[in-house]
Amino acid sequence: MTSTDSGFFGRLNWDAFPIAGLIQNPNTNEIVANAAAGIVIVGVVAVLGLLTWFRLWGPLWRDWLTSADHKKIGIMYIVFAIVMLARGVLEGVVMRAQQAAGPGDGFLEAEHFAELFSTHGTIMIFFVAVPFVFGVANFLVPLMIGARDVAFPVMNQISLGLTVSAGMMLMVSLVVGEFSTGGWTAYPPYTGAAFNPGVGPDYWIWAIVVSGIGTTLTGINFAVTIYKLRAPGMKFMRLPMYCWTIICSSILIIFAMPPLGVAALLLAADRYLDFHFFTNDLGGNMMNYANLFWLFGHPEVYLLVLPAYGIYSEVFATFSAKRLYGYNSLVIATMSIAVLSFTVWLHHFFTMGQSALINAVFGIATMLIAIPTGVKVYDWMATLWRGRIRFSVPMLYGLAFLMLFVIGGLSGVILANPTVDYQVHNTLFLVAHFHNVLLPGVLFGLLAGYNYWFPKAFGFRLNEFWGRVTVVLWTVGFMLTFLPLYFVGLMGMPRRSYSWEDPSFHPYMIVAVLGALVILAALLSVLVQLWVSIRDREKTRVPVGDPWDARTLEWSIPAPPPPYNFAIIPNVTDRDNFAAAKERGDAYPTPDEYEDIVMPRNTSIGFILCVVSGIWMFALVWWIWWLAALMTVLIILSIIVWSFDTETEEVITAEQVRKDHEAWLAIVHSAAAVDRDHETAPENRGLARPDLEAVT
Amino acid sequence: MRRAPSHSYPGLNLGEDHASAHKSSEVVTFGFWVFLMSDLVYFGLMFAIYITMIDAQAGGPGPHELFDLKSIFAQTLILLTSSLTVGLAMLALKYNLPRARIVLWFGVTLVLGISFLVLEIRDFMAMAEQGGIPQRSGFLSAFYGLVPLHGLHVAAGCLWLIVLGIQLRVMGMTDLVISRVMRLALFWHFLDLIWIGIITIVYFGGLTYG
Amino acid sequence: MDKRTEMHRRERRRYVIGYGGSLLLTLAVFAIAYYFGIETKGVYLTIGLLGLAQLIVQLVYFLHIDRRRSSREDLDLVLFSTMVLLIIILGTVWILGNLAIRMHMHVM
Repeated sequence: MTSTDSGFFGRLNWDAFPIAGLIQNPNTNEIVANAAAGIVIVGVVAVLGLLTWFRLWGPLWRDWLTSADHKKIGIMYIVFAIVMLARGVLEGVVMRAQQAAGPGDGFLEAEHFAELFSTHGTIMIFFVAVPFVFGVANFLVPLMIGARDVAFPVMNQISLGLTVSAGMMLMVSLVVGEFSTGGWTAYPPYTGAAFNPGVGPDYWIWAIVVSGIGTTLTGINFAVTIYKLRAPGMKFMRLPMYCWTIICSSILIIFAMPPLGVAALLLAADRYLDFHFFTNDLGGNMMNYANLFWLFGHPEVYLLVLPAYGIYSEVFATFSAKRLYGYNSLVIATMSIAVLSFTVWLHHFFTMGQSALINAVFGIATMLIAIPTGVKVYDWMATLWRGRIRFSVPMLYGLAFLMLFVIGGLSGVILANPTVDYQVHNTLFLVAHFHNVLLPGVLFGLLAGYNYWFPKAFGFRLNEFWGRVTVVLWTVGFMLTFLPLYFVGLMGMPRRSYSWEDPSFHPYMIVAVLGALVILAALLSVLVQLWVSIRDREKTRVPVGDPWDARTLEWSIPAPPPPYNFAIIPNVTDRDNFAAAKERGDAYPTPDEYEDIVMPRNTSIGFILCVVSGIWMFALVWWIWWLAALMTVLIILSIIVWSFDTETEEVITAEQVRKDHEAWLAIVHSAAAVDRDHETAPENRGLARPDLEAVT
Repeated sequence: MRRAPSHSYPGLNLGEDHASAHKSSEVVTFGFWVFLMSDLVYFGLMFAIYITMIDAQAGGPGPHELFDLKSIFAQTLILLTSSLTVGLAMLALKYNLPRARIVLWFGVTLVLGISFLVLEIRDFMAMAEQGGIPQRSGFLSAFYGLVPLHGLHVAAGCLWLIVLGIQLRVMGMTDLVISRVMRLALFWHFLDLIWIGIITIVYFGGLTYG
Repeated sequence: MDKRTEMHRRERRRYVIGYGGSLLLTLAVFAIAYYFGIETKGVYLTIGLLGLAQLIVQLVYFLHIDRRRSSREDLDLVLFSTMVLLIIILGTVWILGNLAIRMHMHVM
């Protein structure tokens, strides 16, 4: 190790910047790398410039960055996730283009292609799926359970800060140095110091460790929030299905993030301190790493997909105008999936060499998961059955999900058979499988939720036409891109190959790259939809707050909700409490009296930790030891100093609450109720005329 | 919610004297319990790795050459006693005993925590003299990945104890500080539980199977 | 005032009992190690069981985990965590132990 004799800037020098590579060796590969770095720099400059031009620094700081409001934190998570999604999709398109450019070597170098699939996987899982899922959860959970905030609002802010600073490391790695080439799983010994002495794996390690801490804190926060802060009368069996999936997801985080932390930190010990956990020599055992990583990795996919199941459950019930079918069985199925997901991790390394007995045990455990998942699919279909279905945008995502996800799930059952897995492991069949569950499962669910709850968050509906265009583009793009990969996978094409020779792969690769372009169009269409919706927002306002004739508590309050969510904490008497209230005709009661509401005050600790931990990671990656030590001290000190702050809450007076609430009630009483045929028309101001026939 | 108001406190009960601290700290303490369980998984995995690497000595020194049971015995007694004193400190706070008693038990706990760390570091130095450094073998890496992790937790506990001591002085016996002291006690007891695992699996297990 | 003193005494006694029990179990473990040596599996099994006993003593007397209704949710949490932990640890040891045998590791 030479890690001790490094200078003031550690191992950071001029060669770390991609422009140096372009000057020395101008070719397509370097141009792509520099373009990527350029996009990051231009993007940052543009954002900073716009903020300055429109004088938004003050509002940004006061209303967003220092806010402890769960709704704002949720929205910031989602914005971050969409920015990262853009990068992940672009990388996907470049990779498909590279493979379509074959047979032969394409236009990228092997190292560069390896960086692409490593960042693509890392970003999509840790910096798109996780923040998007928990962004939605942040926004919704307190509203759904009738609470005013999460259990630990400041910790929530810190979670966001850590996740964002870790994500920024991936952006920095585009401009300074390079990212890991070891895939999102970063298996040693390839990522060990002996084979990979550069900074790549170190970027991966610290981004994973820091975002992992952020995610763990989030998991604790949401488990405690749902466990302890439910409104009076909201028993567990009256929780909206979505909250059940979040509580299971939180449990998965609490127990599954530590293995990832251990795996990454032990890899760091190997790389930085010359330990021998996973090295080839002196008793190291790289199989330990695979085991640790998938102890995390398998629960991880369920912690992503369960909340999407929750979103679909809400969407299917609302847009079928029916109670969710089989609530109890859905709860049991969700819990079973959560527990079972801890017993199947070995199916990610069936081919590592353990005995057939062990493979069989874990293979069977894996297949068992299909049972509760099947229960869910039937429950959703039964919810649709004889419902008054509206083919709104979230519903269309849901239907695409039902059909496509079953294909993905069944290909998973195929892979769960160890003998089959031996044939197709490490091929594009696997890539097709997990994209088939992650896109229609997680991403479509999140987009459905985005369309469904957007009016709640911002007070106006998203554009229906562009929403439908987006659904079609995502669905077609997904099918064109990933279904061909099943076939080339079965034909034997290995995953992650930057070059290939067999000409029979070529047609599939061409179809896949066309599909990737459609996905790119889908991504642009999401942005167009947002832009058009903001432009036309005056025609789609829903201040009353219930545009879809929905069923759960979050729809019973104004859109957008006040900072304290509920002027009066509701008393819950039914599972679909708001639907029941509408049925009874007392959905918008006038409270007798109001009381003072205590809310968390703004604090800058989350932002401070975001910046400091970012510098800390950068210093560690580049061996700038004095800076890393300084930042460690700063992190500890800032937490200690913060713990001396006792002025953490502020009071919103009863008078203020009364004024706001009565103004809103006046809007409610002046609005005309709208039936479901006019849901997307401008006259929908968010007051629903309940479809009494369908409710019963 | 549906629970009786008194004794609903996870782990340690504040009692009726501190009703306001009681309500808010119930949520915080439950959250802290959940955090401890997450932390427990970290330790559990390091135990599992130690077990799988017990044979990976790669010709380097093993448990029989390196482990000094006398020192481990002393560390065990010190940590166990500190678990009692941190509990007594918490009780002194809970029952409004004279300030001197609170300071006494805080001080004793801190001294015991630091002596534990001193002994542990001396052990590591003695091991290093015999070539027992983490860079030597997978077994030693696993050892140094687990035991100092516990030591680091104890050190964090000591720092926390000092900070809380200052807060007791500066901020007084507010509900917030009392609730923090209870969580520290919980943390300290948790570390003692982990230590039982360490002596049983790392030291005795190492000597039996290593 | 009297009731409080009584409660204080009771809680303090609880700690002292827990301390005494743990101390006894610790002494027993080290005494066994000292007199019988730590070479055989029988001795190790005894030590392991005494360690488990001490875990339970500390959980009950220091951490107040018991079957009283008020601490039920802690008990549930601890039991669930124990289950996950057992799956993880036993699974890991099973898998890697099997791999070590099949790959003839550490037989140098």
